[in-house]
Amino acid sequence: MADPLLAPANKTPLLALRDVTLAFGPKIIQRDLSLDVRRGSIFAVMGGSGCGKSTVLKSMIGLLRPREGQFLIEGEDYWGGSEQRRTEIGRSRFGVLFQNAALWSAMTVGMNVALPMQMFTKLDDTTIRRLVMLKLGLVGMEHAVDLLPSELSGGMRKRAGLARALSLDPDILFFDEPSAGLDPITSSRLDDLILNLRDSLDATVVIVSHELPSLFAIADDGVFLDAQTKTAIAHGSPSALRDNCTDPQVRAFMQREHTSDSAAGKG
Amino acid sequence: MTSTVPDTTSPAWRLRLTNGRNVLALGGDWIAQSGHIPEFPDKGLLDNKQEGALAFDTGDLGRWDSGLIAFLWDVKRAAAVAGLPLDGSTLPESARKLLGLLPAEIGEPGLSRSRGFRPFNWLGGKTLGMFAEIGVVSELLATTVNGGLRAVVAKAMIRGVDLFDNVRAAGPSALIIVSVVNFLIGAILAFVGAVQLRRFAADIFVANLVGLALVREMAAVMTAIVMAGRTGGAYAARIATMRGNEEIDALEVVGIPISDYLILPSVLALVFTMPLLYLYGCLVGMLGGFVVSISMLNITSLGFLHQTLDAIPFDQFVFGFTKTIAFAIMIGLTSCRIGLQAGRSAADVGTAATRAVVIGIVGVIAMDAVFAVLADVVGI
Ligand SMILES: Nc1ncnc2c1ncn2[C@@H]1O[C@H](COP(=O)(O)OP(=O)(O)OP(=O)(O)O)[C@@H](O)[C@H]1O
Ligand SMILES: [Mg+2]
Repeated sequence: MADPLLAPANKTPLLALRDVTLAFGPKIIQRDLSLDVRRGSIFAVMGGSGCGKSTVLKSMIGLLRPREGQFLIEGEDYWGGSEQRRTEIGRSRFGVLFQNAALWSAMTVGMNVALPMQMFTKLDDTTIRRLVMLKLGLVGMEHAVDLLPSELSGGMRKRAGLARALSLDPDILFFDEPSAGLDPITSSRLDDLILNLRDSLDATVVIVSHELPSLFAIADDGVFLDAQTKTAIAHGSPSALRDNCTDPQVRAFMQREHTSDSAAGKG
Repeated sequence: MTSTVPDTTSPAWRLRLTNGRNVLALGGDWIAQSGHIPEFPDKGLLDNKQEGALAFDTGDLGRWDSGLIAFLWDVKRAAAVAGLPLDGSTLPESARKLLGLLPAEIGEPGLSRSRGFRPFNWLGGKTLGMFAEIGVVSELLATTVNGGLRAVVAKAMIRGVDLFDNVRAAGPSALIIVSVVNFLIGAILAFVGAVQLRRFAADIFVANLVGLALVREMAAVMTAIVMAGRTGGAYAARIATMRGNEEIDALEVVGIPISDYLILPSVLALVFTMPLLYLYGCLVGMLGGFVVSISMLNITSLGFLHQTLDAIPFDQFVFGFTKTIAFAIMIGLTSCRIGLQAGRSAADVGTAATRAVVIGIVGVIAMDAVFAVLADVVGI
């Protein structure tokens, strides 16, 4: 049933940014940014630290209104709609993992995952408990269900945050550096999880990540942002960018070299 | 999801034997949000001693989401209990993979500390905690005084900017609330005095009452209470938040002493500003008393001024001034201490702020009582 071949061919991208300019006050972070996220793809947002990846994510999950341009969800202008409509979309479709996990510190891990279900579904407590255990089990955290966030390690917090993002079975997932702070085994398990979630939930994933192995393994499309020119300098899947991109900066990033080295090598 | 059938049929499962193998037949729609996901009994496979793996028949399986996975996980655990291998080859591929990520048994859940209520533990802990607390606050006082002395000889790691920021946040921005409170207190004292003293035709002594009460007690106590609520609470919340964000840990690792960097500027800021606010409070309070007296009683403004100046000996000011400094140190130290020992959650920050305000206010009044007794002994 989750077979992508059976899904109706759909020409409008699920998510699209059109000439978006993002800024904090007078400070412009990205300008004239356009990108398409196809339904069912795993879309990587790449770029050096501080280039605005988290900021782009913020504008897609409703936390930062773009100064200019549009963000379209299935052709619908997200920021043009009412606040109520945005909340509605966010609740029913978005699952977000924040860069610092952002667990609610006063609640146990289990309650963190359960809260969205308690607020927005009519499920009874036993079912909720089962689903909470399931989500935590998927990220290997079922043993930590009754711990407080302050009692977790950094990587455990990340995984708990991921479980919370999955709480309402969203179909659009936003992950800000999900594998930062995880060991290689857990990190590759997470890659599997993301791939399988995409298939079983028919989900689309927008992922910010620096982990090249994981990007090559899972992402099938992406964009490369640049802090200097403040816009996208390359589009395409991470492996395509690594192999074919002519931009020295992108190649250096994808091949893990210092820019100075590669510049010297080219010069 | 991609199914065209809009309404759901309820999920069903049946364990049957086909060619000597266990086969679990799944049918219907397994949608978590429907709330009707059956549970597979823990020991449901124990009495099924058939050879070979448990297979699945998904011929009638309709739509599914995490509800199906939840059920399959039950099956996986039950199979593990019965020592039966699973053959998931007929399951939808992504379901099989998700199932593969789930553990075959749920580990012992780690229990969070500090759960449940045990009265004796609680009482004992509180009592011990109180003594420990007195020790810690004294130590904090010692390090702060030490830091203060070193600051005088310019050896402490206190930065002028921090001190300046703290002083600005504590002092000038508190002027309005200190004015309002003290003006009203002065006015209220004058009202009370006026009603009583008019009966004895001793109108002019309202000035004595207002002046003495303000300088000796009210201006000092009211200013301290305002500052405990305003600045003490803010200190506790700020330090508790820093602890939650591991900022305090970072300071410790870098080797910046918390006492110099955080506590000293906070306490000093209060020590600098509160006595000034006290003097200012006395003035504003007298103004309040003056306004009421002039409008209610048969007194000239010059007479009121004279009487006030006569009524308050200088040592009363010294007394109030000293008290205020003591209040400042107490508020600064306790609120920083409460912030430092707060937990790491957002709720803990709120609790810390509340505790700092409550302890600050109670502490001010308790210390004031001690001062009153002392003053009586010394004879001020
Ligand atoms: N709330 C804010 N107010 C002002 N500027 C901000 C704010 N948040 C981020 N910035 C600035 O925006 C820029 C991009 O920040 P962003 O967090 O999007 O970077 P990033 O690409 O996610 O980096 P990293 O990989 O390190 O997480 C940075 O220069 C940062 O200083
Ligand atoms: Mg970021």
